[in-house]
Amino acid sequence: MCDQTFLAITFGPCDNCSQNKPLMNIYLKNEPINYCSLCVELMACQGLAKGETIHTLKAESETLKGKLEEERAKLHDVELHQVAEKIEALGQFVMKTRRTLKGHGNKVLCMDWCRDKRRIVSSSQDGKVIVWDAYTTNKEHAVTMPCTWVMACAYAPSGCAVACGGLDNKCSVYPLSLDKNENLAAKKKSVAMHTNYLSSCSFTNSDMQILTSSGDGTCALWDVESGQLLQSFHGHSADVLSLNLAPSETGNTFVSGGCDKKANVWDMRSGQNVQSFETHESDINSVKYYPSGDAFATGSDDATCRLYDLRADREVAIYSKESIIFGASSVDFSLSGRLLFAGYNDYTINVWDVLKGTRVAILFGHENRVSTVRVSPDGTAFCSGSWDNTLRIWA
Amino acid sequence: MARDMSDKEILKMELDQLKVEVNTPRIAVSTTAPEIIAFVEGLSAEDPLVKGVPEDKNPFKEKGGCIIT
Repeated sequence: MCDQTFLAITFGPCDNCSQNKPLMNIYLKNEPINYCSLCVELMACQGLAKGETIHTLKAESETLKGKLEEERAKLHDVELHQVAEKIEALGQFVMKTRRTLKGHGNKVLCMDWCRDKRRIVSSSQDGKVIVWDAYTTNKEHAVTMPCTWVMACAYAPSGCAVACGGLDNKCSVYPLSLDKNENLAAKKKSVAMHTNYLSSCSFTNSDMQILTSSGDGTCALWDVESGQLLQSFHGHSADVLSLNLAPSETGNTFVSGGCDKKANVWDMRSGQNVQSFETHESDINSVKYYPSGDAFATGSDDATCRLYDLRADREVAIYSKESIIFGASSVDFSLSGRLLFAGYNDYTINVWDVLKGTRVAILFGHENRVSTVRVSPDGTAFCSGSWDNTLRIWA
Repeated sequence: MARDMSDKEILKMELDQLKVEVNTPRIAVSTTAPEIIAFVEGLSAEDPLVKGVPEDKNPFKEKGGCIIT
């Protein structure tokens, strides 16, 4: 009974040829258009230049991809873990949960540290955004968003505001006041507007600009004060799930990863996609720059994390094990870049030795998927958020 | 926006991007790998999660008594 689908056909005059025919209701650039099927076909062919068909474009695309692979392979003369063989292996790891932050009513989706190394903002499926003091586990502020699934939250560099967003397709900035009785929701400022859910947001080096990524396939840079769109980044062919800004010393670039299995590196000023990597076999859930800015790591639904070197323009390491079959939802590096922390959908956090490519520890404790993992700004601890409604601080 | 683009528009976008990328300057992994390693080695001595933090200096250690702020 549940399998019955009904196709409703509208019949009427076509917008294009004005003949009374069964119409196909399609949307072009968000506008509904009622064309008959013949006109839809004609319209689809018009966009192509003479002789160009989807076939020829695909064929050209394949040859270029082949050429790109060749160029990259020429420089692949050695593996990272081979060069890293002479380094001392890491000692035994003793990392345990030091604090458990309880208070969310539903899955924790995202979190961020404040630059003061002790405050944390976290957001959850129930629409609540909470600011915690990680040393004492006290909740300092709580905001209720008008939408559920708040998938993105970020702390401003000054520590005076937080940005968050999700299914409302917007990114809103809430200034944090010291007065606990003040209603934070009243001071909310809507900054970004996308046509689909907000998957990730991040302040740039100042409180004045925010970078967002969305399910509509684009990333965008906004001015917080005026809400104006400063730059938009087109290049992904599916939802963008994550973005990360380059560490400040290395300039104005950021990396984004999406459901099209691609990780793209963008120039923030020109909006250009400068490099693109497509070696994952499934959606890329998380991207993170290496502390030096010359590489970045990705975590994906294909159960692997990979390291890409920007100067060699290729993937240089894969962090995977046959026993790991669940996707990695979030990755972050330790302060020096020697360790990679990755949270997985099998409720664990794996700690990888970045250089040797081996796993150094598995951390158990969460009772549901780990959705987000972030190392504190001074590297003394890291925090993980999970679908079991809690956040844990490990050190 | 990617969701509003037809297949051929997406393909065209990817094609243009590939043309740009074939010409980007690249360096051999044998050069970049040692540099990454040197960077890490330089910093890992100071990395609290790598070398461990003594219990009395760890701000997250379990506290016994009350905290008065």
